[in-house]
Amino acid sequence: MSHDHSLNPETMPAEPEKATLEGKNKFLGLWFFLGGETVLFASLFGTYLALKNSTADGPTSNELFGLGLVFLMTILLLTSSLTSVYAMYHMKNNDFKKMQLWLGITALLGVGFLACEIYEFAHYIQEYGFTFRSSAFGSAFYTLVGFHGGHVLFGLCWLMALMVRNAKRGLNLYNAPKFNTFSLYWHFIDVVWVFIFTVVYLMGKVV
Amino acid sequence: MKGWMGKFKSLFLLTSLAIILAGCGRENLTALVPKGYGAESSMNLIILSTIVMTFVLVIVIIVYVIALIRFRRKKGQENFIPKQVEGNKTLETVWTVIPIILVLILAVPTVAATFDLADDTNASEHINIDITGNQYWWHFDYANEEIQTSQDIYIPTGEKVYLNMLSSDVIHSFWVPSISGKMDVNPENVNTMYIEAYEEGVYWGKCAEFCGPSHSLMDFKVIAVSPEEYEQWVGDMQSVDPEAEPQDAVAQDGKAAFEENSCMGCHAIGSSPAAVGPNLTNFGDRSKIAGFLDPTKENLVDWLMDPEAIKPGNKMTGNYPDLSEEEANSIAEYLLQLQPSEITPESAGN
Amino acid sequence: MSIAATQKRGFGSFLWDYLTTVDHKKIAHLYLFGGGFFFLLGGLEAMFIRIQLIKPENDFLSAGLYNEMITMHGTTMIFLAAMPLLLGLMNAVMPLQIGARDVAFPFLNSLGFWLFMFGGILLNCSWFLGGAPDAGWTSYAPLSIQSPGHGVDFYVLGLQISGAGTLIGGINFLVTVVTMRAPGMTYMRMPLFTWATFITSVLILFAFPALTVGLFLLMFDRMFGSAFFDVALGGNSIIWQHLFWIFGHPEVYILILPAFGLFSDIFSTFSRKRLFGYTAMVFATMLIAFLGFMVWAHHMFTVGLGPVANSIFAIATMAIAVPTGIKIFNWLATMWGGSIEINSAMLWSLGFIPTFTIGGMTGVMLGSSVADYQYHDTYFVVAHFHYVIVGGTVFGILAGLHYWWPKMFGRILNEMMGKISFWIFFIGFHLTFFVQHFLGLMGMPRRYWVFLEDQGLDMGNLVSTIGAFFMAVGVIVFLINIIYTAVKGEKPGDDPWGGRTLEWATASPPVYYNFKQLPLVRGLDPLWIEKTEGKGKMTPAEPVGDIHMPNSSILPFMMGLGFFIAGIGFIFQVDHSAWLIAVYAGMATAIGSMLIRSLKDDHGYHIHKEELEREAD
Repeated sequence: MSHDHSLNPETMPAEPEKATLEGKNKFLGLWFFLGGETVLFASLFGTYLALKNSTADGPTSNELFGLGLVFLMTILLLTSSLTSVYAMYHMKNNDFKKMQLWLGITALLGVGFLACEIYEFAHYIQEYGFTFRSSAFGSAFYTLVGFHGGHVLFGLCWLMALMVRNAKRGLNLYNAPKFNTFSLYWHFIDVVWVFIFTVVYLMGKVV
Repeated sequence: MKGWMGKFKSLFLLTSLAIILAGCGRENLTALVPKGYGAESSMNLIILSTIVMTFVLVIVIIVYVIALIRFRRKKGQENFIPKQVEGNKTLETVWTVIPIILVLILAVPTVAATFDLADDTNASEHINIDITGNQYWWHFDYANEEIQTSQDIYIPTGEKVYLNMLSSDVIHSFWVPSISGKMDVNPENVNTMYIEAYEEGVYWGKCAEFCGPSHSLMDFKVIAVSPEEYEQWVGDMQSVDPEAEPQDAVAQDGKAAFEENSCMGCHAIGSSPAAVGPNLTNFGDRSKIAGFLDPTKENLVDWLMDPEAIKPGNKMTGNYPDLSEEEANSIAEYLLQLQPSEITPESAGN
Repeated sequence: MSIAATQKRGFGSFLWDYLTTVDHKKIAHLYLFGGGFFFLLGGLEAMFIRIQLIKPENDFLSAGLYNEMITMHGTTMIFLAAMPLLLGLMNAVMPLQIGARDVAFPFLNSLGFWLFMFGGILLNCSWFLGGAPDAGWTSYAPLSIQSPGHGVDFYVLGLQISGAGTLIGGINFLVTVVTMRAPGMTYMRMPLFTWATFITSVLILFAFPALTVGLFLLMFDRMFGSAFFDVALGGNSIIWQHLFWIFGHPEVYILILPAFGLFSDIFSTFSRKRLFGYTAMVFATMLIAFLGFMVWAHHMFTVGLGPVANSIFAIATMAIAVPTGIKIFNWLATMWGGSIEINSAMLWSLGFIPTFTIGGMTGVMLGSSVADYQYHDTYFVVAHFHYVIVGGTVFGILAGLHYWWPKMFGRILNEMMGKISFWIFFIGFHLTFFVQHFLGLMGMPRRYWVFLEDQGLDMGNLVSTIGAFFMAVGVIVFLINIIYTAVKGEKPGDDPWGGRTLEWATASPPVYYNFKQLPLVRGLDPLWIEKTEGKGKMTPAEPVGDIHMPNSSILPFMMGLGFFIAGIGFIFQVDHSAWLIAVYAGMATAIGSMLIRSLKDDHGYHIHKEELEREAD
């Protein structure tokens, strides 16, 4: 039994991402990791909620936020989650080309999201002079949203590496779990954004 | 049964001996001899919880000792296989339920006392003192009476005194073990607690939250005097004339040196709510210099010449011109003569 | 890759072997070595502290140096000694106990170790690079923000790196327990130490990210001028305390639960009796872990959170006494009616029961919030947590080491020296810490560089310091024992204690693939079942076949090294931008290693059936 044979079977199983023990372990390991990430973001949210009114005479959330751009960002990221689901669907049908296509679209949407976020931050800094050092609110805002943005950036790098590395060799039981774990991670980032959208932006406009 | 009783007895004797040897500590410092309301509340719970928990500890030790003696593998038992027991529902229920009851016995008075000590609804009807914690000294501001002092805080016995505490730098914690438990002094919010001393005395106070190199030297005193004496002290303090010229020539030189060397930039004499450094109005009456040195002239001169050697990390070092021995001597003379009140730590009985 | 090739080797290849190993048993050796080294360092710091406090107003250490000592003693003992030593024992034993050939992520296992090790080294480099952190192991803001020099920066980055390693280790154990159990090893047949490993890993997973965030905020405030804890800009230093204790309280259960687990195994083995109330023990462990997340604010009773919060956290804290009590009584009931053999491993376990019960007793006393107004931040607290952490965790580690030493190294620790070191350490421990309960109540706050004359504290402190010397002697005897055993120790065979669990069904030390054939588990204490009802050894669950093994790799070491270099550069780039070179070089090393790991396929290798059959002879 050689590796190549075992990882490149004649017919791919129905769930290639969980067909090997390594695949199952990766899947489960990432779930646990996301459990830890949940606490990480919960701590950041807690900090943000404690400090969101500590503006120290600087701009307040209500003055700063414009919901239009944030709505666009939400659409971009939510759609990218959906496209990654399509990609996984094609993975399960062993259609490598379509999977790559949908992952490419996911990446583009992710880049679009990041571009909006960079524009948003630049806007706050230039128009309002609202920076990381302005007030405790500023520190908490940029840290929470920035941590999320950092996660998006990491996800994009991960996705690029996966797509480029596997472009020529197609799907097998060795790389299928890798695509799957990426997709899981990407959904998580999306869920975190939904909370940021609600807690930071919507509540920031209301309160 | 006699065996373990004997062992238990000797254990008990040994423990009591250790406690007696250690003593209860120095009076007016130790929490074990409560002389105030908060300390008494805490002590009641300390005693209750000790009794409850000792009960558990004793049972554990008894079972443990019997098990060890009875079931230790003896010669000839090398191949003995004991019965493999999975568990016992009744027993397991018993040692789940009894601890729950014990915890409840402790929880109810704890909650009651917690709410009692946090009650500040009538604060405005009592004496209020605004306390500022600084690295490494305490500022006491009797806002209503317009008196400021530091290091020694005067309170009347038998009355609740409300303390409103804020820090100017890092977190400190205000603790006078004999009178009351501690409360943190935070930089972001005013914490209020009340203290009540039952009898006259000079009570040791300490900073209990790690605050830097001289954390261990941030002592202060609570001086509990009779209500009449307290009134007199307030009157004396209010009628201080900060400009008054000292009697003798050395002290007069000292006053001049005090003014020349920008001491007044930080140290107020007389009423002044803001304080960069300790208020010195009644410096000569204080029980200690820098919070912990005996109030002798030699100590004060040493302090003035090189405070860093005495209290590492203090904020006075380097913020005034170098003093000559003579200047330090005269300033010390001047400061020690600042004795506006007849009510001093001696009035409190020690 | 065959064993024969590694039999005769020089020091170079020995070192290379350990630097690249992904074998959980060798990683265990590394953890024990690393943790042991830091334990000695932390012990040395403890001795300096006690010498300073031998008499009133002593000037053995300066105030600044003393604060560095207490900070480094606490940080080192918790993060760099106790936890890694426990992770070492888990690595050595847990995969064997569940009948697995390896852990789920051997590469990550190695990465976890190297991150811990380099984080620990980074933290201790502070001694030589301008001063150690001096804001206490809790590093409360704003004191930690104001602390001059780079000490606290080392604290932040060292803990960040080693914390990431611990988190990785935790995830690895979780997945291992879920997916890698041998046939028949259901959850409710797992030994208590495995259960403890599993639940501890859950705690690590959910507790450490809170510390990660706290450390980030502290770093941002110190290095980039943010305002989380800066009151002038609206910051709030209490946030640090919350984040720290949301991590910090589960952390103490991370330290104690593995000890609970291994004591359960030891009591059962040396009483020759099944663990009493196994199910209750498992659920008590879970309950303790769960409640461990609900009580963090009992470290903050004096902060001024108000009577409602204080009451809730007081009651929750006292509630933990119930599952802990269940455990104590179940251990007693396990011994009751058994055939108790007293040797070094059992002595440490027996010493644990009264010691830990006293620690638990003072724990409940501390949970009573109003009483805590007196105890808080005094030597009473110092006494309490040493009773639970030394009496629980350190006794546990030493019991575990005596118990599993033959399994890990094939040689048995000398009994005589084991007993001597126990008694000296045990007596020294109680001398040191019992009297500290009273010192605290007599008005001695913790973290006091000096205590003043004439305050009634002299005698207690002297006794405490004398006790500390006893403890040091106990540790030295134990070290001599290790050296003696390595040179002249007896080789007792595979199962010296009459073991009940699967690790004793392997060779001592186990072959690198652990089990030639995975064992078939028929119940709790599987080996005991086979001894009493079967043929005395495990029945295989599979025919002899190829075994898949992971390849060794230097990459985890390189990643750790990269983060270490980047960390040093990051700390000093505030002073001079030339240090950015170190940041870039370090990050390039780390990220480059990660890229190699992701882009280069690593399928591992197989040990072939024929080879296995040859080796069996």
